[in-house]
Formats: sequence, C-alpha cells, structure tokens
Amino acid sequence: MKKSRMRLMAIVSMASSLMLTIAACGPGASTASQTKLGDVSKDVASAGKVTLVVWDQNTDGGMPQAQKELNAEFQKKYPNVTIKRNSQSFSDLKTTLKLALSSNNPPDVVQANQGYPDMGAFIQAGMIRPVDDYAKLYDWSSYYPSKLLKLNSFSKDGKTWQGKSLYGISQTGELVGVYYNKTLMNQLGLKPPTTITELQSEMAVAKKAGIQPLSFGDLDKYPGIHLFGFVQSAMAGSTYVNDLVKGSSGSWTSSATVKAATTIQNWVEKGYITQDANGVSADSAASDFASGKALFNVNGTWQQQTYAAAMGNTNVGFVTMDTKDGKPSAMGGEGLAWAITSKSKHPDVAAAYIDFVNTSHAAQVLLKTGNLPSVLPSSYEPEKSTLAASIATQYRKVQKADGVVPYLDYTTSTFYDTLTAGMQNLIARQSTPTEFTGELQKDYASFLDKQ
Amino acid sequence: MTRDDESGDGRSVQPGLAASNEEYDEKKLRGSRFRSIIAPYLYVAPAFVVFAAFLGWQLVQTAEYSLFDWDGLGASTFVGLSNYLETFQDPEIRSSFIHALVLTLFYAGIPVIVALILTVLISRSSKMKVMSFYRTVLFLPQVISSVVVATIWVSMYSQNGFINQILNAFHLGGLTHAWLGDYSTALIAIGVVGTWTNMGLCLVLFLSGVGNIEPELFEAVRLDGANKWQEFFAITLPELRGQISVALTLTVISAFKTFDLVFVTTRGGPGNSTSVPAWEAYNRAFNTGQVGLASAVAVVLTVLIVIITWAIGRIDAKETA
Repeated sequence: MKKSRMRLMAIVSMASSLMLTIAACGPGASTASQTKLGDVSKDVASAGKVTLVVWDQNTDGGMPQAQKELNAEFQKKYPNVTIKRNSQSFSDLKTTLKLALSSNNPPDVVQANQGYPDMGAFIQAGMIRPVDDYAKLYDWSSYYPSKLLKLNSFSKDGKTWQGKSLYGISQTGELVGVYYNKTLMNQLGLKPPTTITELQSEMAVAKKAGIQPLSFGDLDKYPGIHLFGFVQSAMAGSTYVNDLVKGSSGSWTSSATVKAATTIQNWVEKGYITQDANGVSADSAASDFASGKALFNVNGTWQQQTYAAAMGNTNVGFVTMDTKDGKPSAMGGEGLAWAITSKSKHPDVAAAYIDFVNTSHAAQVLLKTGNLPSVLPSSYEPEKSTLAASIATQYRKVQKADGVVPYLDYTTSTFYDTLTAGMQNLIARQSTPTEFTGELQKDYASFLDKQ
Repeated sequence: MTRDDESGDGRSVQPGLAASNEEYDEKKLRGSRFRSIIAPYLYVAPAFVVFAAFLGWQLVQTAEYSLFDWDGLGASTFVGLSNYLETFQDPEIRSSFIHALVLTLFYAGIPVIVALILTVLISRSSKMKVMSFYRTVLFLPQVISSVVVATIWVSMYSQNGFINQILNAFHLGGLTHAWLGDYSTALIAIGVVGTWTNMGLCLVLFLSGVGNIEPELFEAVRLDGANKWQEFFAITLPELRGQISVALTLTVISAFKTFDLVFVTTRGGPGNSTSVPAWEAYNRAFNTGQVGLASAVAVVLTVLIVIITWAIGRIDAKETA
C-alpha cells in the first residue's frame, strides 16, 4: 500500500514538474519584438542584388494579369531586384500566412487582411512593421483618402483598430452592393433601387411576376456576411456600424441591427431569397443571376468582370443603398493591405515596391485589366451605361460621402465563425433575429473583455 | 546467430565446452538474454524512429500547445487543463463529437452490415468470371481522392442535382430539397457519402475472408441440413471475425477523423450542424486563432480513437488467443 502511494506521489510530482517546465517555455514569441525603425530611403538601385519575396492573393478576375505586369515593370525599372511571387487564394493565404510570418525567414511583403483577426494579431506579435515613415516619404496620405488609410491603421500594441499607426496600403477598391439585370428590370417597368425599402417593393413585383427576386447561395458560409452587412449598413448607417466593428461603441443587439436581421428573415419568408439558400453554393447563385434567372444579386465589385462577360457589359448594373436620410452607406472599402514584415532585410526596397504596385501608375494598369483600383484617377471616365461606369459612379459616391463600412468579420478573431453560422441559422429560421444578434453580441462582449 | 541459439533449449551448446567452462556458459546465457530482450526492439527501432520524427514529436508538441492560450502568433499564456475543460463545455465542440458518433453509424455500422449481406449473396456466385470486375467497381470509391468524391456528391445533392431529378422522375417532387443545406438532412447526407466510400472496402475484405474458409466446413453444415442463414451464423460470421475487426477499425477511425468531406461540402454548416472534431480542430487553429483549444480537441480525438481501436481489437482477441 505504502509503496504504491509513494509511486503515485512520484508520478504526481514528476507530472507537475513537467507541467512547470512546459509552462516556462510556451509556444510563440515571448514578447513582441520591437522593430528598429532606422532612416528610410527611396534609394533602391544602391541596395545591391536583392530578392524580394512577396505573398499576394491576386488570383481572381483580372488581378493576376495586373500583378504580373506590375512586377515585370518594377524589375525592369530596378534590374538589381528580383521579385519572388507567391500567389494564393484569399482563404489559403489567410490560413498559411500566420505560419509563414512566425517562421525565421518570413516573406518581405505580404497582403494582410484588415481588422482584429489578422492585422491586429500580426501587430500584437510584432510581425509586421508600421509604415508611417514610408507614408511620409512617398506622401501616401495625400494620395489616399484618410478613411482608406484609417482602415489599414492600428494602435502600436495591435489592440485598437483604426488607431494612429499605418500598417499598409491597398491596391484595389471594393464595395458590396446589388447587381441588377437591366432586361428584367425594363420588363417589369422598374428603376434601380436606392434604398432597402425600394429594393423590397421591387422584389415583391418580381415575385408576383414569377421571377426569382434575389439569387443567394450560402452553402460556402461567407456570402452571409455580405448579405447581412449590405442590409445592416443601409439600416444603421456607416458611422454606427464602423464604430461597432472597431469596438469603440454600440451593441450588436441595438434596434437597427435587430431590424436588419428581421428584414432578412422576412425576405426568406416571402420567398424573395433563393429557396434553401443554405444548400446553394455561391457560384451557382451567381450563375443563376448571370443567366437571367434572378432580378438581383447582392455581391462585391470583384464580380465586375464575371458578370460583364456573362451578361453583356450594358445589360447589368450595380448600385449601393442609401440610408433612410439619404446617406450612402456600403460595406467594403479596399482590398487587403500590402504590409512589410518586421524581419525583412530590405524594408526600403519593400516600400518602393509597395508604392509602385499600389499608387497612381498601378491604378492605370488595374483599370486596363478590368479591376477597380482603391483610388480612381480623377480623369477616369468609363464608357457610358456599362457595368464599369456604374461601379465607378457608386464607388466615387460612397467615398465622397465617407460611407464605407468595414467588413463585419473584422470585429473579433472568432466573428467570422459566429456570424456565418448565425446567418445560416437565421435564414433557415432556426433562430430568431434577437437570438441571432444575441450570439453576435456574446462573441463581441467576450472579445472586448479580453482586449 | 542461428535459430538454435535463440531457442535456448540447450541443444545448440557444444557438449564439451558447456561442461568445462562455466564462465562461458554464463556469458552465453547473458548474451541470449540480451538478444531475447533487446533484439526485438532493434527490429522495431527503424519504424519507431520514423514514427517519432514524423508523428510522435508533433503529437507531443500538440499536447504541449493544448496547455496554452495561444493565437498561433504572439505570446502564449499557460492555462493548464482549462482548454480541456472548454472542450467538454463548449456546446459547439461537444456537438461535434456527437456528430462523429452519428457518422460512425454511416461509415462503419451500415457498410459492415450491408457488406456482410452482400458477401453471403455474392460468395455463392464467386465462380463468376466477371467477379474481379465487380470487386474493382465496388472498391473504386476507396481509391478516388476524397475531395473528388465530395465534389461529385455536392453536385448530386444540389437542388437540380441527380438525386432530386430522380425523385422528380418518380413523382416524388415533394421530397426534393437542398440536402446539404437542410439542418435535418445535412449530416445524414455526409454520412451517406461515407457509407458509399466504405462499403467497397468492407466487401472486398469480407469476400477475401470467405475465400479463405475451408470449403469442408460449409460442406459439413450443409450435410447437417443447415439453410443459408444458419450456415452464415455458424460458419461465415465467426470465421470472418478477423476481417470484421479490421473493417470496423478502419471505418470507425475514418468516421472519427472525417475532415475532408466536411471541409469541401459544408464547412460545418448549416449553422454548426455538420461540424466534426477534426473540422473544429482545423477551424479553431487556423481560422479563429484558438490554437490551444484546437490542440486540446485534437488530443481528445486522438485518445478517443486509440481507445476505440483498442476496444475493437478485443473482438479479434479471442481468435488469436
């Protein structure tokens, strides 16, 4: 008896000392390494032979073409620089970037998703460096509207989004709005809607005429964020939603948010949204719209090329919604931020590259290849009544009114999960609007507690 | 080293030497003891080294991570066993384990039972020349990459997919819906894909097992006047115990570690109705920045699989004893 107890004691003490050893050396960086910010320079030519490793997510539409051209031009301009490009889809980049950044030899330039889940976590771990010095050097603040720079800014501790330090700049502009089929619209005698109320009454007309009002597929889960953000930003206004996502004020259970959820559930009940949307893939919802089976489709400006090619450049339009008091308000803003990693040995070259592929010259290349640059050149005038024209008009309108609402999944590190699962529950009427918003608030509150 | 040396029964000891040289005898004895104790380990060593380098170390590391609160990037905090506590308390993770149990029925239960029935039917016609063709066809789902399998089934389950078309053709239009998008059918729909893939494996295993049963045994019971089913329960089933245990081990493990099907078809949705432990581990490690919790889920899943494998192994134990 005694012997076995002694043995047990030994095991317990061994286990606890093992635990202590483990506790002493946990995974991850022990402290966020402080980046030394030295003198910065525009001089690339004298940097010697440099291989710049770049990770981007330009895999869709006309983006690969644009990136390839820009990289070639940059290498021609600076023959001493070789660009090693690693291009992955958005979701692949999101999952692999963390591992790449925590390695000893991370890429020099990476495209980081905004908000707390990615950019905030990278900054907290000291893996990307602030670029305020380069912003000054290249005068980015006079090129970019302040709102766009705000989306790429954080506090230095990574805890407050839209803080004082800039961590990157963005190449493309993005907005989520509603695409409409012009032929069907004329057939029904309708005009493009500008508010949720108008959209709703037009959907009723389409339904009555036996046309699917809004094609929507949520099997892939992410489209739920777009639909909810689209309705919520138009109902609650851009300032309110922006503060909410930022974590500075407001609550997800406030009346405007609950009303947005109620509206969407109402659309399901009235048959405005594709039936069994949870079992329909985003691709098939998009192709339903592109083949003329539905009047509307809520989607992002990144669908421009696809829809223009499938439906004809003048047969499809794009519009964003105004709030009740006539203020434009739409989710989106800009593409991922091009950031410089803290361990990069050539920050000057990296900054020169980022400047080259993001600002005015790059904007021309992007337009030429059918993409929307983050800053539209003031001289740019696309051909009238084309989809490109209607997207440019909407983008300018929303920017001018400061109506950009950030993507809702930036809110907390687990918000993507909570929001997408919650939207599926809402659409399937497995949860009520208040239950849905309650779940969002629960996630939000526990994140704010930890911050 | 000869076989005789190892047998240790003394026959190999040369008579003269053994009698006169005690010291040598002792050395020899020690030598053979060394061989009998250490040698087997030496044989296993290469395999163990490979295991330790490519799996064991990662397993230890995962176990270590599970004791920390870590987002995968920054500093980590030691939290002891609280991730394990959360694994059992978090309703989402808890239900993912229940989903895995449901999948076991579809991945292991149904394929084994159906394959047994088919074995009885097919084994009687095993003299058929096209038998190998049937085996190939039935085994095919096992060979196809699971991502391809999942993509095929996604289109079959879709609103205008094959399954709904068939229902419409039989005037059962009322039953059609998006199978993967419905809370009541999504998990079952994934289970059916598992049944489809694992059925062939079980059948091929059982058919080869039946082939090994002495024909005399069947003749004997037939002479005693047993019918088809009595023959099955008296001879086929007991003789197939080994194969059944192998089939159950493989299929139950595949049910518990299901990831690819869920990843491609539903990503755990609608809501969280098809989330499984392996998906939770992946999603929390790479998407929601909860590496510690994800590791705890993975460790619990590993332990569970080891226990189940051990338990299934007991089915076979009697036969080898």
